[in-house]
Amino acid sequence: MLEPYRTLDLTDEKGIFCGKILADLGAEVIQLERPDGNPARSIPPFLKDTAGPGKGIFWLAFSAGKKSITLNLETGAGRDIFKRLAGTADFVIESFRPGYLESLGLGYKALTKTNPRLTMASITPFGQTGPYKDYKGGDLVASAMGGMVYCTGEPDRAPVRISIDQAYCQASLHAAVGLLLGLHNRTVTGQGQHVDVSMQASMVRTLHTQLPHWEYSRHITQRSGVWRSRGGVSTREIWPCKGGFVDWMFLGGAAGTQQMQNMVKWMGNEGMAGSLSTEVQNWATLDLTRVSPEKVRSWEKIIGDFFLMHTKEELYEEALKRRIPLTPLNDIADVAKDEQLATRDFWVDIDQAESGTSLRYPGSFFLSSEEKCTPKVRRRAPLIGEHNAEIYTGELGLSQEELNSLRRQGVI
Amino acid sequence: MARMALEGIKVVDFSWVFAGPLITAYLGDYGAQVIKVESHSRLDLTRVSAPYKDGISGVNRSGSFPVANNSKYGITINLKHPQASALVRRLITWADIVVENFGTGAMERLGLGYEELKKMNPQIIMLSATIQGQTGPRSTFAGYGWNTVALTGIGNLTGWPDRSPVGTLQAYPDSVVPWFGVVALLSALDYRRRTGKGQYIDISQYETTSHILAPLLLNYMSNNRVATRAGNRSPYAAPHGVYRCQGDDRWCAITVFTETEWQAFCRVLGSPSWTKNEKFASLKGRRKNEDELNRLVEQWTINYTPEDVMARMQQAGVPAGIVKTNKEIFEDPQLEHRDYFQRVEHSEIGQIYQQAWPIEMSESKANVRPAPSLGEHNEYVATKILGLSDREFVDYLGAGVFE
Repeated sequence: MLEPYRTLDLTDEKGIFCGKILADLGAEVIQLERPDGNPARSIPPFLKDTAGPGKGIFWLAFSAGKKSITLNLETGAGRDIFKRLAGTADFVIESFRPGYLESLGLGYKALTKTNPRLTMASITPFGQTGPYKDYKGGDLVASAMGGMVYCTGEPDRAPVRISIDQAYCQASLHAAVGLLLGLHNRTVTGQGQHVDVSMQASMVRTLHTQLPHWEYSRHITQRSGVWRSRGGVSTREIWPCKGGFVDWMFLGGAAGTQQMQNMVKWMGNEGMAGSLSTEVQNWATLDLTRVSPEKVRSWEKIIGDFFLMHTKEELYEEALKRRIPLTPLNDIADVAKDEQLATRDFWVDIDQAESGTSLRYPGSFFLSSEEKCTPKVRRRAPLIGEHNAEIYTGELGLSQEELNSLRRQGVI
Repeated sequence: MARMALEGIKVVDFSWVFAGPLITAYLGDYGAQVIKVESHSRLDLTRVSAPYKDGISGVNRSGSFPVANNSKYGITINLKHPQASALVRRLITWADIVVENFGTGAMERLGLGYEELKKMNPQIIMLSATIQGQTGPRSTFAGYGWNTVALTGIGNLTGWPDRSPVGTLQAYPDSVVPWFGVVALLSALDYRRRTGKGQYIDISQYETTSHILAPLLLNYMSNNRVATRAGNRSPYAAPHGVYRCQGDDRWCAITVFTETEWQAFCRVLGSPSWTKNEKFASLKGRRKNEDELNRLVEQWTINYTPEDVMARMQQAGVPAGIVKTNKEIFEDPQLEHRDYFQRVEHSEIGQIYQQAWPIEMSESKANVRPAPSLGEHNEYVATKILGLSDREFVDYLGAGVFE
């Protein structure tokens, strides 16, 4: 869908997913790497558990479909080449510390002198300006400062993050939005613009109702383990079952009527509804805020005992039939084997010839009625400088001699 | 005021709760005209969820609704009313984009499936976001955002390895899917500008969210390794944790990725003897002895406030940050510098905050306007946007279409 557009990608792990999104959508994305390779290449784990610059799984996951050229921006010749390339680009994505590109004479303003149509996204932990602009931060720091960590986890232990870096993906997604907003604006004005993306603010955007809970109720949202407070009542969301866990919310009132009736009927069929079938006459009019927490817990005990008799797969299958919104707590292997994803041809195998293997990727992040608009992983992640010849010789017209000279000077 | 990025783009929004409404809120804040279609008979669940202004419930008083409905015109239409279809047709003809997140098949039953919309407006771009997509054996699954937390593995991946998974407090995919949705729609708008073609976009929240877990999926595919929840640990940094500080339930995150950061970290602590112990000399060693390492770090942090720990670490170049509560987010000087919270005047509950976005555009600024009260813009949309005569509007009103 974005075939006409060229992106120069200068990011490390903080912004690397942004270029992947654009590449899946068809844009040409050229990752500019230091001559010794992007540091994100060495984030573990590694393909076939073997360390190496082309084997880092984080890199493989988020650089697939891009091209790679090497360029040392800290040399004069490197900067000149970058300026020439920026003249051909629609987008630049970077995640250096604020002010670094300006110090090289490659800041947004400098680049637009030759290419006013350029839109550039800068991804940093806190933003380009402001009191924290020089603070360092990865995923955990951005997630903590963004408010997500405090209310995740259990009250008797430290707050936790999701066990895989999120702030990088969040900021990358918002950067992609910013670039496309810039593109849209450019079709009218002819001018590009600079997009300043904050990882911290990206994580704040995940808080949803926790912010109004302070603003409207002066309530500090606490960690609550597997329990969720909705409408003033705390009910369980995550339940142990035989050999695993399932996700299902005990709800009263209008929102819960159908599923609660169905659930109690199902338990009744197996002789396990206990007092539930007699204690509640009408789920539609049940106001959980008027039920004592002890009573709610006693009902949850009955339901919990029922879940423990079944595996998550059994519960999911039957819940689907009975239209109960219950899902298994999948692990990654369950996701890989999921029937729904397989039926929709979600997975795509990408040949990794150099490693003598192929690797299965998540496929399209949406499906389009226009087949060529459906995003997809187009090819494996590039080797370091794999496209040097294509870009430097083929496009910029550098001779072999010039290339060799640049190589000797450590420029490429 | 400077031109807004999406000036002139018209959006009809049938979506509710969070995953859909956040897409259209983003578009609205950047200049699109968004008409949110609601009905009195099927209220957006966020209109009837706590917290309420002054603790008094009411469809225009919830703090949840404004989270995802900034900058929209609110109209109410009873889509099942026999006279509604002519009105809806005018909306569809007017629109560039239609967004919905009902269960699979609901729009078709209302006569508003993509094929029908295309007949009314051949260039229409329609986006549907469901939990598991429009096709496949689970396409009819009707659930909530937290079901996606469970399906994708995020639920299982949040918590401590020796305890039950805890998942995320909010349905985390509701903060992933919408951004992909905005990317999809902005790309589709550009494609339409170049080719004249609209399209239908089928978002499965399960699939879309899987992309942010891609490294774990690839690690399973490549190495047959199934990721588990790891508290706050990272495979490429140590210390990498949240440490108890002085005060009541106060914490600071500290992360040490490089050798330079480790040296700086040790200096901040005053280089106590344990930091010179050989077993902590390398990342590998620190990872191997992480329980002990974390205890030692916490023996230091407990003497300081999180503000103090962050300042000392950051001054030395070590990434660290206060674990902020929802209250502290409102007081954060950096977010304040970015005007992240915007004070707006809501038509019923007065001054409230609306959140802006994590991006700041140098030219195309966002203009965050308040979320609408239920049916607030019925007359404005009908007469000023769709061009109905006053007489037509009154007729629809009298017939009960705007309910």
